[in-house]
Amino acid sequence: MNKIKITINNHPVEIKKDTSILDAARQIGVNIPTLCYHKDLCIAGNCRVCLVELAGQKRLSPACATPCEDGMEIFTNSVKVRNSRKHIIELLLSEHNADCTRCYKNGNCELQKLASDYKIMTSDFIPLVPFKHYTIDMFSPSIIKDDSKCIRCQRCVRTCAGLQGVNALTVAYKGDQMKITSFFEKSMNEVNCTNCGQCVIHCPTGALTERNYIEEVWEAITDPTKHVVVQTAPAVRVALGEELGFAVGTRITGKMVAALRSLGFDSVMDTDFTADLTIMEEGTELLSRLKRALVDHDPDVKLPMATSCSPGWIKYIEHMYPDYLGYLSTCKSPQQMFGVLVKTYYAQARNLQPDKIVSVSIMPCTAKKFEANRPEMHASGYRDVDYVLTTRELAIMIKQAGIDFMKLEDAKFDRLMGESTGAGVIFGATGGVMEAALRTAYELVTGRDVPFDNLNILPVRGMEGVREASILIENPLKEWAFLNGVELKCAIVHGLINAKKLMDAIQSGETQYHFIEVMACPGGCLGGGGQPIPTSPEIRRKRAEAIYAEDEGMPLRKSHLNPEVIKIYADFLIKPLGEKSHLLLHTNYTARKRY
Amino acid sequence: MDTSTTLIKNLADQYGRSRNNLLPILQSVVKQEKYLSELSMITIAKELDISASEVYGTATFYSFLEHQKMGRYIIRVCKTITCSMKGKNQILLAIQDMLKIDIGETTPDGTFSLLQTNCLGFCHKAPTMLINNDVYTELTPEKVREVLSGYLAKAKEGENDE
Repeated sequence: MNKIKITINNHPVEIKKDTSILDAARQIGVNIPTLCYHKDLCIAGNCRVCLVELAGQKRLSPACATPCEDGMEIFTNSVKVRNSRKHIIELLLSEHNADCTRCYKNGNCELQKLASDYKIMTSDFIPLVPFKHYTIDMFSPSIIKDDSKCIRCQRCVRTCAGLQGVNALTVAYKGDQMKITSFFEKSMNEVNCTNCGQCVIHCPTGALTERNYIEEVWEAITDPTKHVVVQTAPAVRVALGEELGFAVGTRITGKMVAALRSLGFDSVMDTDFTADLTIMEEGTELLSRLKRALVDHDPDVKLPMATSCSPGWIKYIEHMYPDYLGYLSTCKSPQQMFGVLVKTYYAQARNLQPDKIVSVSIMPCTAKKFEANRPEMHASGYRDVDYVLTTRELAIMIKQAGIDFMKLEDAKFDRLMGESTGAGVIFGATGGVMEAALRTAYELVTGRDVPFDNLNILPVRGMEGVREASILIENPLKEWAFLNGVELKCAIVHGLINAKKLMDAIQSGETQYHFIEVMACPGGCLGGGGQPIPTSPEIRRKRAEAIYAEDEGMPLRKSHLNPEVIKIYADFLIKPLGEKSHLLLHTNYTARKRY
Repeated sequence: MDTSTTLIKNLADQYGRSRNNLLPILQSVVKQEKYLSELSMITIAKELDISASEVYGTATFYSFLEHQKMGRYIIRVCKTITCSMKGKNQILLAIQDMLKIDIGETTPDGTFSLLQTNCLGFCHKAPTMLINNDVYTELTPEKVREVLSGYLAKAKEGENDE
């Protein structure tokens, strides 16, 4: 290893060659402020907040974009650095709509924090906001883009390009006219934005935020004529704690249920239940497609079958690969299955009028807001899911209600649609849907457990962008004899940039799979655009560990063993892919224009 | 397939389909069609397998890649310091008065568009303007009216000046 010697603020440091000044300083506990820098993204070096002084050089250098060189003497807090940094923050503020008390990001804004840390109390520069004619884009059901809060750090642009490969956002014009916008400055709702919200969790200011429905939900809760049902997605229980004082990766499922109950929801149930149900439907769908391909030699059967849980991925494929919509599983996402069942199955069982039910979901996701808003998601005769809140919005409500979250006693989900298995929980991590499906499908076909230690199908787990796994089917039950010796080939990707790689490979015919899982966000739902801010590879890894720990701690870990799933098939749905399932739990997709 | 799509396909064949062929393709489309329409940008994006917003970002960065429908003659008046000091505002007023259009607008008959531009490099002969590819220097209101009258006459005769 190539080591070099440098000094930071006169402290001698030995460091690996090519380490950036920023990383070197952080390694020895010297903090250099940043704005445009983000661990998930490529280096831009455009905000200049991280400027440092190098001995012998007149110009200051950005710490994030400057690699250490042997003998470098670095000063991170000299008079020159402090003055420049203050001026840079002031200049950023002169173009920024600093109406902080009325901002959704108030208290969780990196620019606000810098202004506070450096005590920016003067305004030496002309405030330019009145001359800028900034616009706010509020047409998307998921994301609000307020240009008056934008500091043009381009984290969102790099996120949309580098993590997602969507490029809905771009840098347009130049100089003082430069702005972050979409194609022809259309609304985000009009272009190829997938609503994944990765830009929202990477934005340092209030320029990109989720569209929040907090007041609407409060109103429903306080309306005595309404019965308000809430469902919680798997990835919420491993991240909500971060907003409420717990360490990253703390599982707070019981406390979350207790908090929801004390917020006033009439029934607190679990999206994991419909995750298990999704496995029953999707697993059966996969087996029926395999049968059509291998036994009936049906030329129209579409393989690989792709998962359909991630609404960001759905919107992406609708824009980018409209010819491949037939490859998607027709299963609705767990959120939408839950929504439709609340206003049918649950309403019947509890003897409630569906129009008096308000169905709320807590999701790690901003795209779920768009999904709930889709015209086809009215299979119950009503809007299936009325309001979608992100993990962050739930945390806000808990704080508003004055609940001491830390001190809550653990509570359990309500019955009927609140029971889940470990297979439902792992939906929250990349590879989870695949693992859950394999656990059930393999057992359905062979009558035995998947041949992996303790049901943990490790090859499908991990944070690698594209992963492959295969499972050999041997000695199946009689009715599945045609699958004997078949090697079931699977691929798992997360982050839409990896989805593009996979889809291009499938399109070119160079790879052949039976089943693919795609999650729009890095790490799967646990890294979703509705999760607590900040995010980083380290944070996502910890949340994933928590998800798998939650799975291991469950008494039941296979979807088909969920007693409430067994019950709903006995009482209501009759069988997977049956008539009622088709009507309520399956959907179709819309080809959209490519931008 | 409309002519614009065919043009872009041919250009992509000619220049190649990698990201760094974007600029020559954009320039050629502007040369042919005077501006880059939404449809052209989407078609270019599809051909190069990049996103349309990336094409838009590139097109808006460069002053000479128009993305709005332009008139047959694009007038670009230099807006930088020397020309301003030498009476650029009067020149602009003369043009606006004669053509009845504002900066950024096109005459209803589609003959002229009026834009401002950064330095044209003719500071020693300020004020300056550009009409399509021809430079006009040391302008006065009278001279501007004369030049524009020439173009008007040409447009009426339906002559092709390119």
